[in-house]
Amino acid sequence: MTGGPQGSGVDSSANIFAGACALSGLWTFGSREYYSSIKGPHSYFEVRANSERIRSQVNNVNLLATFDAETLIRHADEVCPGGGIIYDPTFSGVEIDKVDTIEQPVVARVKDRLAKQGLPGTVAGILEEAKKRNVNLYPIPYNDIVAKTATQIGEHQLSKVSRIVNVLSVAASFAILGFDLNYLNQSIARTFGSKKKVIDMNEIGAKMVYDIARRLPKQSFSYQLKPIQNQPRLLLMGNEAVALGKIVGGCRVQTYYPITPAADESEFIESHENFDLIDGGQPGKKGSVLVTQTEDEIAAITMATGAALAGARAATSTSGPGFSLMVEGLGWAGMNEVPVVITQYSRGGPSTGQPTRHEQGDLKFVLSASHGEFPRIVLCSGDLEECFYDAIRIFNYAEQFQMPSIHLIDKSMANTSVTIPQLKADLVKINRGKMVDNNGSPNGNGEPYHRFAFSPDGVSPRAVLGSGHRFWNSGDEHDEMGHIEEDPFNRISMMDKRMTKLETAAREIPEMEKFNFFPSSKKQADATLVSWGSTKGPILDAMKLLEKDGISVEFFQIRLANPFPTENVKEKLSKAKLSIDIEQNYSGQMAQVIAEKTMIDINNKIVKYNGRPMTQDEIYESVKRIISNPTQNKRVVLTHGA
Amino acid sequence: MALKLSDLRTDVHNDWCPGCGDFGIEAGLKMALTELPIDINKLVLFSGIGCSGKIVHFTNATGVHTLHGRVLPFAQGAKLANPDLEVIAIGGDGDGLGIGVGHFVHAGRRNIDMTYIIHDNGVYGLTKGQASPTLQLGMQTKSLPMPNINTSVNPILLALASGFTFIARSYAYNTKHLKETVKKAVAHKGFALVVILQPCPTYNDINTKEWYGGEDRIDPVTKKPTPRPYELEPTGYDGRITPMMSEEDVEKKMSQIIEKSREWGDKIPIGVFYQNETIPTYEDRIKARLPSYLSEPPAAQQLARTNGTSPVNLASLARELVFEKLVVA
Repeated sequence: MTGGPQGSGVDSSANIFAGACALSGLWTFGSREYYSSIKGPHSYFEVRANSERIRSQVNNVNLLATFDAETLIRHADEVCPGGGIIYDPTFSGVEIDKVDTIEQPVVARVKDRLAKQGLPGTVAGILEEAKKRNVNLYPIPYNDIVAKTATQIGEHQLSKVSRIVNVLSVAASFAILGFDLNYLNQSIARTFGSKKKVIDMNEIGAKMVYDIARRLPKQSFSYQLKPIQNQPRLLLMGNEAVALGKIVGGCRVQTYYPITPAADESEFIESHENFDLIDGGQPGKKGSVLVTQTEDEIAAITMATGAALAGARAATSTSGPGFSLMVEGLGWAGMNEVPVVITQYSRGGPSTGQPTRHEQGDLKFVLSASHGEFPRIVLCSGDLEECFYDAIRIFNYAEQFQMPSIHLIDKSMANTSVTIPQLKADLVKINRGKMVDNNGSPNGNGEPYHRFAFSPDGVSPRAVLGSGHRFWNSGDEHDEMGHIEEDPFNRISMMDKRMTKLETAAREIPEMEKFNFFPSSKKQADATLVSWGSTKGPILDAMKLLEKDGISVEFFQIRLANPFPTENVKEKLSKAKLSIDIEQNYSGQMAQVIAEKTMIDINNKIVKYNGRPMTQDEIYESVKRIISNPTQNKRVVLTHGA
Repeated sequence: MALKLSDLRTDVHNDWCPGCGDFGIEAGLKMALTELPIDINKLVLFSGIGCSGKIVHFTNATGVHTLHGRVLPFAQGAKLANPDLEVIAIGGDGDGLGIGVGHFVHAGRRNIDMTYIIHDNGVYGLTKGQASPTLQLGMQTKSLPMPNINTSVNPILLALASGFTFIARSYAYNTKHLKETVKKAVAHKGFALVVILQPCPTYNDINTKEWYGGEDRIDPVTKKPTPRPYELEPTGYDGRITPMMSEEDVEKKMSQIIEKSREWGDKIPIGVFYQNETIPTYEDRIKARLPSYLSEPPAAQQLARTNGTSPVNLASLARELVFEKLVVA
């Protein structure tokens, strides 16, 4: 774990660390916690590295690399016995209640903890406490190294060099972990690109720290990082996985209004707005995607809808508060059967809520948002690979079934930086659904085109604006041409037509895209875990831990929340010995949807709503607790996270 | 084949009130469409909500009847996806200057090559006559329980401040002027606004056809009414900003435009207040970034190869994210 004031390079140090690990063949998983602020308040980043693929965070910290006092004060107690803390010895005298960015409840909690052990309310007290818990301490004189680095590169202004402390903490970490410094240098070079001077000062400082840390006395710290043989992998965030999926999936207009944690996706797309095509006939042929920042989210969804009517694959990307504004546009797109895609990154709500924190609190909202009834697709990804492939599929669904389609992701995935296997652009084919041939007569009988022609599956051949097939749209109930029509019989037919498309979608979407089922090693599992979204990672990791204890669980991950895979869920849950719903929200929203659709109540729930993602350990412990006594543990509330 | 007025008719029953200014606007717009060199298949009319919004159903061209206040973002989205479209957006004064005023301002900032027509009658007709943003302070139209407590917005000035590059006003019952003004607006390269003053015979009993016609202002000599709207161009007014103008001249011209736009009451100027083609359109600005934008706009790109897979080169796109195992000596 590393931490520091926002704007001090916490992210880049974590990314450089993870990048170096990835360059050595290792798998990594990193997640970022930060305040809704620009500079100053504390943020921290946890990175795991492993020779096997990992998908989640853990409770314990093995190595805490700090370069400010606050990180020590906040996180030292998370380091496990046998772990290590890297710190600047000049911080020892810092008094805890003098660090004004730490909230009063935290100050009081830490001081109280130290006082009970007879320790002073200073960083020295924190370090003493760690030592008593058998945590290894690694003092690194950052200031000396910064000064020496400045001399070596001939820079007189120390402040220009002092920014390298974040990388120094990474170098110290690698020394203690016995990891080759060359990977770090490569990672630094990748991160800073053409900025030669920055690369030089970081490499020089890193080498000095590395040598100092290597000479520190050998202690009980036992964790080591070793390179492994591995295929090339991607190291990316959820935002980027979605952005890649969108471009591959044919998104050519993306609209957005700035919001955390969705905006990074649009920015990634914009910075890749001209992209290469394969064998387009002409070498160097480029495709392009138009990214437009709008005045608000209402404009974002209505502009994307206009673009979709014109025949482009169009999307917008937002978070809960922005989606709240988009709702009227969603209803119009539903009424007019427009294939517009909305990527929704849920975060802590309601209202402004916790803008930078994680929550899965928007499921029922996106399922029912807007007045009236109309069909929509709601697809929930569980990890970064799903984010990518689902970002392609959601456009297919939108066009095949001609309805607004929501790709529901969450903050945890958006800001999780993970190594994943290489993605395949050709795994999901592009399916644009029923389109009218621009050259021919739409009906082949000389009749005028009817945009909303009735058909058994509810889907009418779609013409686009400017194609020569004249049509009308209206948010009012309309006839087959699209003109306003209030006739009660037409109303029934049109409602039936639109709602039939949901049955069509349920029939045509393959099972493997609706849910994932991870079986247990035993025929009858001790418990059936039910969840959706980013809890997939910690659940899969926890399953391995449970298996080691002889506890065998299976996991049903729901991906398509609408149309809901009712029969599949019913079949699985009716055979379950014990079902446990796991969700990152207060009320267990998916369990409520399951109850509504299948009439099956899941009696045991694991929920979390403190804004921090679940760890594998939390799930492991709470599942064990529930299995040991289901009636006493109906609802377990998880609380890990700083 | 030249488009005839009858080609633009649909079978949809027109339910506007008798005497509504919308009829004049519909007639002027359709006449303009028959005289403009446009491909009817590329024409898309977008409308907002309110009486004016129904115009698309009465017009035989592809028509998108959108949401209250949102006509501009829908229309802009379509135009951006396919710049070959001829896009005309139509909405009421409540739609565009009340609920949709945010979009109005930002559409000006973009300067997309399209036309926006506002039906301005001072009231929300379809909800039975509440005060719209263009109704003057203190006015009490027929169905208001109390006089209007808000000052009115000046759409001409607001458009100027927002960056519109063509700003005009016309009058619903001056069909010839209306037609010519719409033609100029459509021909303009950039975002063009035409505000059309219109009586609402049902709810606005102040700004009536008689009021606009000046029937309360009989010329003592001719004994004829003196209409309130007067045409700008015959007075020698020219609101065009041209590339060769000096900065000083531009400043002078802007002051003149502002002055003209503030006239109201017994003398209401109609015509082109402002036209500026020296400001690049949004399409031009996009093209500077996306070289293939106009030849292969978003709506025209090939999204799948013959085998159904994406033509995007993912390896190249994701290059910076790939981490290969390095061999360290």
